[in-house]
Amino acid sequence: MSHVLLSLALLASAVAPPERVVRMTARRFTYSPEVIELEEGVPVILELTSLDRDHGFTVPELGLRIDVEPGKTAQVRFVPQKAGTFLFHCDIFCGTGHEEMAGEIVVKPRKEARRGN
Amino acid sequence: MGQTTRREFLQLAGVGGVVFASGLFEGCASADRPRPAPADDFYFVQLSDTHWGYKGPANPEAAVELPRAVELVNALPKAPDFVIFTGDLTHTTDDDTERRRRMSGFRAHAARLRVPAIRLMAGEHDASLDRGAAYQENFGSLRYSFNHKGVHFVALDNVSDPKGILGDAQIDWLSRDLAPLAKATPIVVFTHRPLFDLKPDWDWATGDGSRAIDVLHPYPHVTVFYGHIHQEHHQRTDHIAHHAARSLVFPLPAPGSQAKRTPIPWDPAHPGRGLGLRDVETDPRTPDYRLREIALASEA
Repeated sequence: MSHVLLSLALLASAVAPPERVVRMTARRFTYSPEVIELEEGVPVILELTSLDRDHGFTVPELGLRIDVEPGKTAQVRFVPQKAGTFLFHCDIFCGTGHEEMAGEIVVKPRKEARRGN
Repeated sequence: MGQTTRREFLQLAGVGGVVFASGLFEGCASADRPRPAPADDFYFVQLSDTHWGYKGPANPEAAVELPRAVELVNALPKAPDFVIFTGDLTHTTDDDTERRRRMSGFRAHAARLRVPAIRLMAGEHDASLDRGAAYQENFGSLRYSFNHKGVHFVALDNVSDPKGILGDAQIDWLSRDLAPLAKATPIVVFTHRPLFDLKPDWDWATGDGSRAIDVLHPYPHVTVFYGHIHQEHHQRTDHIAHHAARSLVFPLPAPGSQAKRTPIPWDPAHPGRGLGLRDVETDPRTPDYRLREIALASEA
C-alpha cells in the first residue's frame, strides 16, 4: 500500500510542475525586478513587499491586483495560462514618478521555455 | 458629432476652448466683453491637465502654456458660458507647502480668464497624496453638480482615493443626484480619469467606473468629458459618448502605440505641439454637442 501511495505522489509531482516563488520589492518609483520571466502552465507565487509606502501591484490583462503595504508580504498566486508580455504597474498614486512605476511579466511558451533550459 | 480641424475651427470661431468646474470664480467676466447670449444654446470651454509647477524635459516651457491658454480663451469673440478644468491643475509634489503654493499659482493665472464662471476639478496630481485636503482648502468640493440652461452637469471625483476609484458613497450620491431628473434631461459628466477601461495597464481607467456608467445608462442623453490621457480621444459605451481633451503641459502617446506611456518627446522646433483646448457648443433642445479642438501652438 505504501508503495502505491508513494508512486501516486511521485506521479503527481511529475504531472504538476512545482510552484515557483518570485520575490519582488516595491519602492518609489520602481519594482525590483522590473521584468519577471515565467513559464506557461507553471504555478507561481509573487511575493511583494514595500520598502517605503503603500503601493499597488496590478496586471490588468491577467486580472491580478493586490495592495503592497510596508511591513507586510503580499502574495499573488496564479498559473500563467498563455504566453506573452503583460504589463504591471502601481495603481496607488505614490508621487511624481508614479506614472513610471511599472514593469512586465514575460510568459514563455512551455516548449520554448523548456528548449531554453 | 462633428469634429473640425484647427483651421476650420479658426474659421468658425476664432479660437478654441477650455472647461473648468466648481463655481469658484463666478463673476469673472469683465464689462468690456460680450456676455453669453441668453438663448438656450451655449458653449463652454474645456481645459485639462495644466500641471502647474511641472519642470521637466517633456516641456521645458511648461510655465507659458497656462497663460497662453488664458489668452486664447480671452480672445474668443464671445465669452463661453463657463470654463471647466478637468483635473491635474497642478503637478504633484511631496511637499504640502509647495502643493498649496502651486495651487495659488494656478488660481492666479486662472483668475485672469474673463468668463462668467470657472469650474474646477481635481486630478490625481492635485488630490491623491493627501486625499484632496489641499484641493478642498483652495478650491472647494471634489464632486458637485449644477444645472445650466437645461443641461445637468455632474463633476465626479475619481482621484482623491489614491486607488483611482469613485467609491460606494459617491456612486450612491450620483444615483441620488440623478434621481429627480426627467429621463430626457441632457446630462454632462466631467471626470479626470476615463470612466471606462481605455487602457487599464497604463492606468487609464477608473477601478469602479463601470458602476457609474451603470447609473448613467438609463438616461439617453449622457456625455462625458475627461482629461488624464493628455490627448484628444473619443469613444462610446453604448449611447454614452466619452471625450478626452488635450493637455496643457505635454502630450502622451496614443493608447498602446508604444511600450510605455512615457510622454511624447519635446520637440524644440515645435514647442507646444500636441497641446490644446476644446470648446463645446450645445443646444439642450437637441441635445447635441459640437466639439471644436484648437491647438495651443502651430501644428505645422
